[in-house]
Amino acid sequence: MAEIAWLVPVLPLVAFFLVLFFGRRTPLRGAGISIAAVAVAFLISMTILFRFVGGDLEPVERSWTWFQIGSFEFEIGTYIDGLAAVMLIVVTLVSLLVQIYSIEYMRTEPRFTWYYAALSLFTGSMLNLVVANNLIQLLVGWELVGICSYLLIGHWWEDKVNSDAGIKAFITTKTGDVPFLFGIFVLIVATGTANIPHITEAAEHGEILTPLLTVGAILLFGGAIGKSAQFPLHVWLPDAMAGPTPVSALIHAATMVAAGVYLVGRIFAVFVHAGPVALQTVATIASITMLIAALLALIQDDIKRVLAYSTVSQLAYMIAGLSLGEEGYTPGLFHLFTHAWFKALLFLGAGAVIHAVHTNNMSLMGGLRKPMPVTFWTFVIGAAALSGIPPLAGFWSKDEIISTAFRTGHYWVWAVALLTAILTAFYMTRAVLLTFFGDYRGQGHAHEMPRVMTGPLVVLAGLSLVAGFLGAPQFGAVFAEWVHFGEAAHHEPYSYGFAAVSILGALAGLAVGYRLYSRWRERDPLRRLGPVYTVLDRKYFLDDVYLQGIVRPTQYRLSAAVDWSNRIILDGLVHSFAWFTRLFSRATDAVDRNLVDGAVNRVAIGTGWTGGLLRYIQSGNVQRYAVLLFVGVAILAVIFTRV
Amino acid sequence: MDWFDSWAITLAVFLPAVGAVVVTVVPRDRDRLVRALGILFTGAALVVGILMLFGYDFSAPGAFGDGSAARALQFEANLSWISVIDANYHIGIDGVSLPLLELTLLLGFLCMVYTWRWLPEPGRPKAFVALLLILQTGMSGTFIAFDLVLFFVFWELVLVPMYFLIGYWGYPGRREYAAIKFFLYTLFGSVFMLLSFLAMYFRSEPHTFDIIALQQGGFDPTFQNLAFIGLFLGFAIKVPMWPFHTWLPDAHTEAPTVGSVHLAGILLKMGTYGFVRIALPVLPDAARVWAPWIGVLAVIAIVYASLACLAQRDLKRLIAFSSVGHMGFVMLGIATLTDVGINAAIFGMVAHGVITGMLFFLAGSVHERYHTREIAEIGGGMLQKVPFMASILAFTAIASLGLPGLAGFWGEVMALLSSYSPAEGLSVTLFRVLMVFGGIGTILTAGYFLWMLQRVNLGVVPDRWEPKRLADVNAVEWVAWAPLLVGILLLGLVPGLILGITSDAVASLTGLF
Repeated sequence: MAEIAWLVPVLPLVAFFLVLFFGRRTPLRGAGISIAAVAVAFLISMTILFRFVGGDLEPVERSWTWFQIGSFEFEIGTYIDGLAAVMLIVVTLVSLLVQIYSIEYMRTEPRFTWYYAALSLFTGSMLNLVVANNLIQLLVGWELVGICSYLLIGHWWEDKVNSDAGIKAFITTKTGDVPFLFGIFVLIVATGTANIPHITEAAEHGEILTPLLTVGAILLFGGAIGKSAQFPLHVWLPDAMAGPTPVSALIHAATMVAAGVYLVGRIFAVFVHAGPVALQTVATIASITMLIAALLALIQDDIKRVLAYSTVSQLAYMIAGLSLGEEGYTPGLFHLFTHAWFKALLFLGAGAVIHAVHTNNMSLMGGLRKPMPVTFWTFVIGAAALSGIPPLAGFWSKDEIISTAFRTGHYWVWAVALLTAILTAFYMTRAVLLTFFGDYRGQGHAHEMPRVMTGPLVVLAGLSLVAGFLGAPQFGAVFAEWVHFGEAAHHEPYSYGFAAVSILGALAGLAVGYRLYSRWRERDPLRRLGPVYTVLDRKYFLDDVYLQGIVRPTQYRLSAAVDWSNRIILDGLVHSFAWFTRLFSRATDAVDRNLVDGAVNRVAIGTGWTGGLLRYIQSGNVQRYAVLLFVGVAILAVIFTRV
Repeated sequence: MDWFDSWAITLAVFLPAVGAVVVTVVPRDRDRLVRALGILFTGAALVVGILMLFGYDFSAPGAFGDGSAARALQFEANLSWISVIDANYHIGIDGVSLPLLELTLLLGFLCMVYTWRWLPEPGRPKAFVALLLILQTGMSGTFIAFDLVLFFVFWELVLVPMYFLIGYWGYPGRREYAAIKFFLYTLFGSVFMLLSFLAMYFRSEPHTFDIIALQQGGFDPTFQNLAFIGLFLGFAIKVPMWPFHTWLPDAHTEAPTVGSVHLAGILLKMGTYGFVRIALPVLPDAARVWAPWIGVLAVIAIVYASLACLAQRDLKRLIAFSSVGHMGFVMLGIATLTDVGINAAIFGMVAHGVITGMLFFLAGSVHERYHTREIAEIGGGMLQKVPFMASILAFTAIASLGLPGLAGFWGEVMALLSSYSPAEGLSVTLFRVLMVFGGIGTILTAGYFLWMLQRVNLGVVPDRWEPKRLADVNAVEWVAWAPLLVGILLLGLVPGLILGITSDAVASLTGLF
């Protein structure tokens, strides 16, 4: 079935056009087409995965020539290995659930049809990125995902805050896309092809010079920094909350941010075979991001922002996993897989809460476990999974990353990851307590959501419960069979010692969280941190530095200076050239009139004057002629007689 | 179809000119008839252009390089014209000319369709339509002329109608200034270009104006360098390259809508085409010498224009400045002297013609509704007030900022790719630095377009527009725009539509380097 993998992205893409042009007049105002397309895509993805489950692990590649320039042939095609197959499931299923959920969540939305068209395009673009067998096609999906997130984050564009967030997301990720593009160039020119299996092979056989490979890897990682919201380009993701909450679920679990991690996994050979600097860079960025994002999540009052920073932090986990080298490959991508379920669940749960109480602020929630039991229980499952409580999904993947970090000697990564795990359990406990426990502090009547919204929550909760077992060694670790790097899957002996450390970390975070937040306090206990709280509250001043240091000066001052130089200097030169030309022409004119024409005129005047004088002798008066004749004859006579 | 082979180009180029003559004899009060004739003649030219596609051999090499090049020229005609100086009516097309000729025929026709409904103040349809028709003959002629004298005649023929279009039908206020600036600036450039033409004529043995024959000229490097400067001034002003671009924002902004569409869509490409058709193949050694400089100017244009765009308050002027940046990418591609770069350049030319042509249509129609081009006065909310027009604006602006899947992407990305590995002999370091700045330019481009969309399209409708009834896209506009919108999508999804035509032609050009 992997041969028809091309259908998976094509279905939602076709749905995009159908919904866009005809959606209004179809069942569910376009949602029907969109959901049907992604549902079929999901079923196809399932059949593709079943092939891998069945044990046939050979990747399947299909490719067609797209276009050609000189010696470069660009192809369009699909490359389905275990990683792609798993990712297809993640994207299609999360998208499907989000779209079902949105029927109710967005019911009163005036731009309902457009919303579904955009979701279809978003899903299709991401799927195109996943199946791409070459970097150019991947880049196309990559950028389309970016524009879709711009469109959806800014969906409620009547409010400038929302469209600002959309622009911020696009421009920030685009900043990462530029080095990414250059990284693609490095690989294309070094290997003469954009084909990912070929590039992988070339990297493995040392056909690319190591320094070049290193540069290429780091440049490519720039793209992942932008898309997967890693430090220092993570700033867009929290603002991306401006979009409708189901979109946040999609962005955070399956489409946008997963792309960066997936990219690193897709061309992992480039990273592994590059110089050690490449993976060290990746590890450093990931460690920094993991920790600073987890710290930011501690103090957020907006429930979506807690989740947003936790996504940044968890993405860093995945990337940190990958940075551990070959052995970290499976754990890193396994965390991408498990995280998708519980993060989608948490966002959709948060959406249900927000839908019920009409606010994002946890200080205005509280006590919601009673009116919203389904939301509550599923949210708790998601939070526990994220916190790494066994036997939920997050525990298995996170524990694997942490233990692998220690085993491979990345002690710094290990320490940071463990610390982050504690923080994660802490802030999730805080969020659950503030939202669902204590007394209701908000206005209005909170109620449970209809089935069309709770249904997806239940499905995702089920997946968050069981997905971890796919990677659990006790259950055969089938995930490692599907997704692994190198010849065969690694089977390290399972270490209960490491697991115990991870569990203890999570429990510690949970306990501290419970200690501080089991009773509602008007003033957040963390405010006692004083200046540290301020730094966190101001997001390490990064937004200010970017906005006041780069964006605003470029937008207003630099651009004004350029415009000024254009008007005053460049046009000034043109105008002075024109002015000199006119000056010169006036001078020429003066010379022409006074000297050149002057000479002509003087000759004319002289002639006229002479003529005027001579006129007197041509009077036509016969007597005067006779007198002159007589005088002349007399003079001549005198002359002749003298001679 | 021998007859068609030798006459097709002449028909496609001169049918509009014939139309201009016909229009002048129509009685003045027959306004509709005049406009219909405009559509008819440009439509006929377009039909000829489409028919030519069926007779065109897409696998042929380009008309560059050695003797075999002669066969590469299709639909060729070569008649003696001014025998004293051996100037010939030598016309033909190859893979480089064809896309631009088709673009000209298409945009010319669409402008006439648009004119059916909207003719700028102060009216006078006969003169307006006739000038547009002459303009089209001049532009399309430039892309098929293979004789320098003929090329020059077509090149200059463009100036006069455009001068009147801007100066008479432009927006009141600065139109005279803009028209004169446009005319004198480009004329200034073409004088130097003409000098180089003459120098090449007298330097060639036997003396010839034939572009293909001149490619075997084997001029010595010193002469090439001097001649190149002359050509450079002529072409660079037309493109326009930084710092010769200042005529463009004025001319584009003040011109009537269809004038701007012609200017941005086609006229600018005459400059870039000149580089590819004449400067590079005839003076290859000089091209290698000057390429780094051209590359530097191109990238300055990209960054400079994007920054200038951020400062613009006038919607049309913003689009005009964006042209400078996009043409910077085209010139960067050309400066690399590589297959990828020059293909990117031609793709970029066509894509820019389609996209920016569309943007100018939109700017005109927005002005027609709002009676202002000031972004701040429009003040947002267009998506609510005129949803279709705003959606089209968003689509086109996003295409212009280089989103993959749409036309603007390939020219830009391939220009950057070619800059990563320029032709042998060019400084790799320099061009990689240029690539980095070009990349920064793409971020800025995204920035100013998204900001523009935010200020024009998004937000709520300002109070001053709330009570006003503003018409959304009407039937004539749909007809005039649909081909461009489809083209933007199609070129993005199937770049082979252009690259399949240009690839082999460009290969025979880059073989010279």
